[in-house]
Amino acid sequence: MENSDLTKSAEERATILKASHVNKFFLEPVKFQVLKDISFEVKKGEFLSIVGKSGCGKSTLLYILSTMDTSYDGTLEMNGRKLTGRSQNELAAFRNEHLGFVFQFHFLLPEFTALQNVMLPGLKLGKYSAKQVEERAYEKLRMVDMEEHALKPSMKLSGGQQQRVAIARALINDPTIVMGDEPTGNLDKANSDMVFDIFREISHNNGQTIITVTHDPDFAAGGDRIIEMSDGYIISHGHESKIQ
Amino acid sequence: MKLRISYNIAKTHLLTKKKQTLVAMLGVTFGIAMFIVMISFMQGVNQFLEDSALDASPHVRIYKQLTSDRPSLIETLNPDGFNIIHHQKPKNEPARIKNGLIIARHIEQQPEVLGVSPQVSTQVFFNTGAVPIPGTLAGVDVAREEKLYRLSQRMKSGSIEALRSNANGVILGRLLARKLNLKAGDKVNVTSSTGGTALLRVVGVFSFGIQTVDDARGYVNTAKVQELIQKDANYITDLHIKMKDPLRAIDFGKELARQYDYKVEDWATANQAILAGEQIRGVMTFVISFTLLVVAGFGIYNIMNMNVMNKIKDIAILKATGFDGKDVVAIFMIQSVIIGLLGALLGVLIGFSLSYLLSITPFASGDFLAIDTFPVMFNPLHYALGVIFGVITTLLAGYFPSRKAARIDPVEILRG
Ligand SMILES: Nc1ncnc2c1ncn2[C@@H]1O[C@H](COP(=O)(O)OP(=O)(O)OP(=O)(O)O)[C@@H](O)[C@H]1O
Ligand SMILES: [Mg+2]
Repeated sequence: MENSDLTKSAEERATILKASHVNKFFLEPVKFQVLKDISFEVKKGEFLSIVGKSGCGKSTLLYILSTMDTSYDGTLEMNGRKLTGRSQNELAAFRNEHLGFVFQFHFLLPEFTALQNVMLPGLKLGKYSAKQVEERAYEKLRMVDMEEHALKPSMKLSGGQQQRVAIARALINDPTIVMGDEPTGNLDKANSDMVFDIFREISHNNGQTIITVTHDPDFAAGGDRIIEMSDGYIISHGHESKIQ
Repeated sequence: MKLRISYNIAKTHLLTKKKQTLVAMLGVTFGIAMFIVMISFMQGVNQFLEDSALDASPHVRIYKQLTSDRPSLIETLNPDGFNIIHHQKPKNEPARIKNGLIIARHIEQQPEVLGVSPQVSTQVFFNTGAVPIPGTLAGVDVAREEKLYRLSQRMKSGSIEALRSNANGVILGRLLARKLNLKAGDKVNVTSSTGGTALLRVVGVFSFGIQTVDDARGYVNTAKVQELIQKDANYITDLHIKMKDPLRAIDFGKELARQYDYKVEDWATANQAILAGEQIRGVMTFVISFTLLVVAGFGIYNIMNMNVMNKIKDIAILKATGFDGKDVVAIFMIQSVIIGLLGALLGVLIGFSLSYLLSITPFASGDFLAIDTFPVMFNPLHYALGVIFGVITTLLAGYFPSRKAARIDPVEILRG
């Protein structure tokens, strides 16, 4: 379908996300600049990794990209539309439809089953019927090999299992961009590879964009491009030619 | 659809914290139950007192007032002068209503009037033994009095027919009869204030359940009193009027006061003590119920606040995955409403049960009131009010924590 587009080189593909001169300060406990003049673009269907030392500002940047953090200077555009300055409710609807997020600390609703956790953003979107959302949720859980635990309350799952459910949840609405903050942080090699394969597959075949923060060099190396951060700066934008 | 998700989340939250939910609910339940018991009982007392007062007294009474409150002769003759009159005394005039029977017939023809009973009443002494016991003799037309006060239903012994057929008959109040140690069939001698005497035969004993009446009144035929005080057959001192709708009495009384030059008194004026008591009980009910509901409201407020704090991570996740402020408010408001509604319904149930128990609890009031259990009013309106109050309280108590939840910044929570 979009194969012709996907085989093009990165330069020719559409820019899906653009950050321009993003600066972020924390005022407490002392005024401190976490992000310093961050500008970069991400292409549609790109599998991008962000790496850097602990505390360099990766998570902070990801929260801004995810539209949850709105107190920054600079602008953020998605598909050419400015996201900076929009109302909280607009941004919530936007996140629901276009963004999937896997947190650094795998957050699920503890009283709800794995299945319900995955379904909730889908029900909220309201694009499919509850029945269809359930089917889709099972499908996503199958992708992360969690189908058999679908009906367990999520607080009774292990850390790695919870993280995989969180990944399934991030995928439920087939979001334009999937963001992960160390999405494989709690996973063993086999599961980590599985998540990598899923990301690889949806970025290449569905044209979904992946932006992950990772400390795993192999995981980062397998993607299309690596952005390196240090002390709030982007010190390397990576080699876009890496795309096959 | 959207509310349905919020509802499902709210339900899960409530069900996983059953104990907390129950405690919050019981707060409302207690408040509403007490409210219902209080208001049912207070209204029952009001109704009972009003009924017994209304039952035993005329809605409107017309009589001649004998007071010194009249312009003196000198003032009428010399209105602009500087007149000082000390210690004016009542004029010697009969307490009669002129053309009383004609007026009675005239009033009786008004469509809103249930009946009129012309009476002659006089103070008498009942003489049994050495001590004369004071009382009032009401000379009545038995049939008309029956129509107004359903006398026949208030007879403890004897009958009103016996009074009608016996020119010398008298029906005594229960307490008066006891004081005089008289039973139906006995004879009693009475002396009026003007000196007339009569020998009467007791043909019955009545009880209105009101001490002041049962302790002093005796009913005889009109002619007997007229004879006792040596007056003619047209001599009438009182007109008792009953309306079809008691509430119309006040306006109707004013109308009569304009038409006739006599003192016109409606039941509300005559029973001001009862109405004042009603007002006091009303205020008390309101204050206590309000306090209970406020306390219940604070309970819910606390629990909902705790709930929001406990669920702060959930809220952050929901917001991160695209739920907006309105969804979050809905989630917590729905919880409040469920707590409020269930609590209020349970409260209504318990309130009803307690009210019912109260209404069958024996209550010894002595001779003061004709009552053997606590008076309780069962009015669906009070129950509806209870539910409405309960829900409004929980809505208010839930609103502020919900708003707080909606304002949570997800980033702050998710950063860990
Ligand atoms: N709420 C906050 N207030 C003040 N400073 C903060 C706050 N959150 C983070 N920081 C600081 O901002 C810097 C960047 O934090 P961030 O979480 O983005 O790091 P990171 O690159 O994700 O690190 P890691 O790899 O350990 O997750 C750190 O120095 C941190 O101490
Ligand atoms: Mg981090």
